[in-house]
Amino acid sequence: MLSFIARRLGLLIPTFFGVTLLTFALIRLIPGDPVEVMMGERRVDPEMHAQAMERLGLNKPLYAQYLDYIGKLAQGDLGESLRTRESVWSEFLTLFPATVELALAALLFAGTLGVLAGVIAALKRGSLFDHGVMGISLTGYSMPIFWWGLILIMFFSVGLGWTPVSGRIDLLYDIEPVTGFMLIDTLLSEEEGAFVDALRHLILPAIVLGTIPLAVIARMTRSAMLEVLREDYVRTARAKGLSPARVVFVHALRNALIPVLTVFGLQIGTLLAGAVLTETIFSWPGIGKWLIESIGARDYPVVQNGILLIACLVILVNFTVDILYGLANPRIRHQR
Amino acid sequence: MSLLDIKNLSVRFGDANAVPVVDGLDLRVDKGEVLAIVGESGSGKSVTMMALMGLIDAPGIVSADSLSFDGTDMLKLKGRQRRRIVGKDLAMVFQDPMTALNPSYTVGFQIEEVLRQHLGLSGKAARQRALELLERVEIPGAASRLDAYPHQLSGGMSQRVAIAMAIAGEPKLLIADEPTTALDVTIQAQIMDLLLDLQRDQGMALVLITHDLAVVAETADRVCVMYAGQAVEVGQVPALFEAPTHPYTEALLAAIPEHSQGARRLATLPGIVPGRYDRPHGCLLSPRCPYAQANCRERRPGLDAHERGAVRCFYPLNLSSEVA
Repeated sequence: MLSFIARRLGLLIPTFFGVTLLTFALIRLIPGDPVEVMMGERRVDPEMHAQAMERLGLNKPLYAQYLDYIGKLAQGDLGESLRTRESVWSEFLTLFPATVELALAALLFAGTLGVLAGVIAALKRGSLFDHGVMGISLTGYSMPIFWWGLILIMFFSVGLGWTPVSGRIDLLYDIEPVTGFMLIDTLLSEEEGAFVDALRHLILPAIVLGTIPLAVIARMTRSAMLEVLREDYVRTARAKGLSPARVVFVHALRNALIPVLTVFGLQIGTLLAGAVLTETIFSWPGIGKWLIESIGARDYPVVQNGILLIACLVILVNFTVDILYGLANPRIRHQR
Repeated sequence: MSLLDIKNLSVRFGDANAVPVVDGLDLRVDKGEVLAIVGESGSGKSVTMMALMGLIDAPGIVSADSLSFDGTDMLKLKGRQRRRIVGKDLAMVFQDPMTALNPSYTVGFQIEEVLRQHLGLSGKAARQRALELLERVEIPGAASRLDAYPHQLSGGMSQRVAIAMAIAGEPKLLIADEPTTALDVTIQAQIMDLLLDLQRDQGMALVLITHDLAVVAETADRVCVMYAGQAVEVGQVPALFEAPTHPYTEALLAAIPEHSQGARRLATLPGIVPGRYDRPHGCLLSPRCPYAQANCRERRPGLDAHERGAVRCFYPLNLSSEVA
């Protein structure tokens, strides 16, 4: 198991450098620079522009800029935002819990519902339920997130008035950010009704963000279950006289979950990408919205390091999934 | 009274008009007896036993006049009642041991599961009993194998574990579905010896599904020869080997390589088992039978008892008297 972890860790280093190079290059490929954007519509005085660029160190050749960047990174310095003068790290820390809260809620929604729907669809293969679930999940998968979010807002928020339109909590409440997780902070604050309000704010964005993972997990669970249910060891389990529930959930599902777990891990990347759109639609004050605004402002340090942090996160999550995968599947754990 | 008494068992896949995979089969197994079921692939040997175990799923349809096991008609039992017998009094060992064990659980867990389910053992008692069972099936270093995963075992070891699982409930009838087909030749003999040893030791009945006539000759008390879902001959060992009464049995025996010594080619029975679209009107063997006459292509013979067993043929071989 230790050598398994060491090998996976070794793969992280090249991935890390690849990401820094990509974000560094991509943001500079977009026309315009931070100074131009800050000056706005007015014609930029070339001399002032050059001065500003020099002050920001953006007049140097690209390779020198990259080396500066890497050098700072090596010292753990993520720089500060060109817009707010705040350190990128502290901005990230403030906004990150909001995104995590949203992503966890979406995963919980997608994971429980997806696995359950997939298992039932596999057991009732060819039934109306099966066709229904698979049809809906294909639709869900194909749905553009921004459109789906707007439809849900129109229907549930505007039409029925069940949920708020945007934000994490009503302005009436003044919640001390202890953990950054609104559901926990509202409970700690002891303000009456705050928790329910936060929950109501969370439901729609979580559903929107969880829709694609839900579809993927349901389909994956179904096909994995169908495969596993044909396995000899499922027949053996039935020949032992075990109850159908035990055969399905102990003997079949445990093996079917191995590929589902991988997909689950891969969905974390999709989830963060989806968070960019979802957070924008619902004005959710998280990382996604922060990045979109920073790209608009050509805020190089925020974009570079914000994306780097997210990339590290995805790598970390995939790494964890790999290890969980090893725990779930003894055949991988014992590979030498 | 017989331990197992199957009367007129039919299994179809699809609707009631589909061609039956098992077609009106009668089969009897006595207490402590070793019965071999032989026949080509597709003759319905395994499906018969799967039907008894309740392992046939939709679209499979099982029907029978009775499926009586130890005085209980298995067909009339509801799921929960059936599961009280299956895995305990009635157990099965399957063909490919490498896929028959769940890869995600340890050997110990999978054996203890049976003990928990049927004998109410748990914790230390279950583990102790599982260890005894592993020792009983002659697994070396049994204690260290309890925590092994199936992929860490060889095929022969896996089959021993599967057998340990099957005998955990001390069954009255053990069904072994080609238990040695997937194993090396040297291991095959060991597994067969183990099965017979357990059978004698525990006094259980053993149904052995196999292609291997040499094994049958050495081990079985009686043989049921199946062809295209029907029993075509039932007889005692060794009488059936010395004087087969059905042309199909004769052809099977002739196909054993040792019987063709000196010949330039192995004796074979031309053609294949009839399928869905070429099922004959008359005797199912008639298109392949060297003795077939016009009569055989018109009508289907029944399974008729004679002095040494039963045969499904209008013109049986090696019989002194006429068929009763």
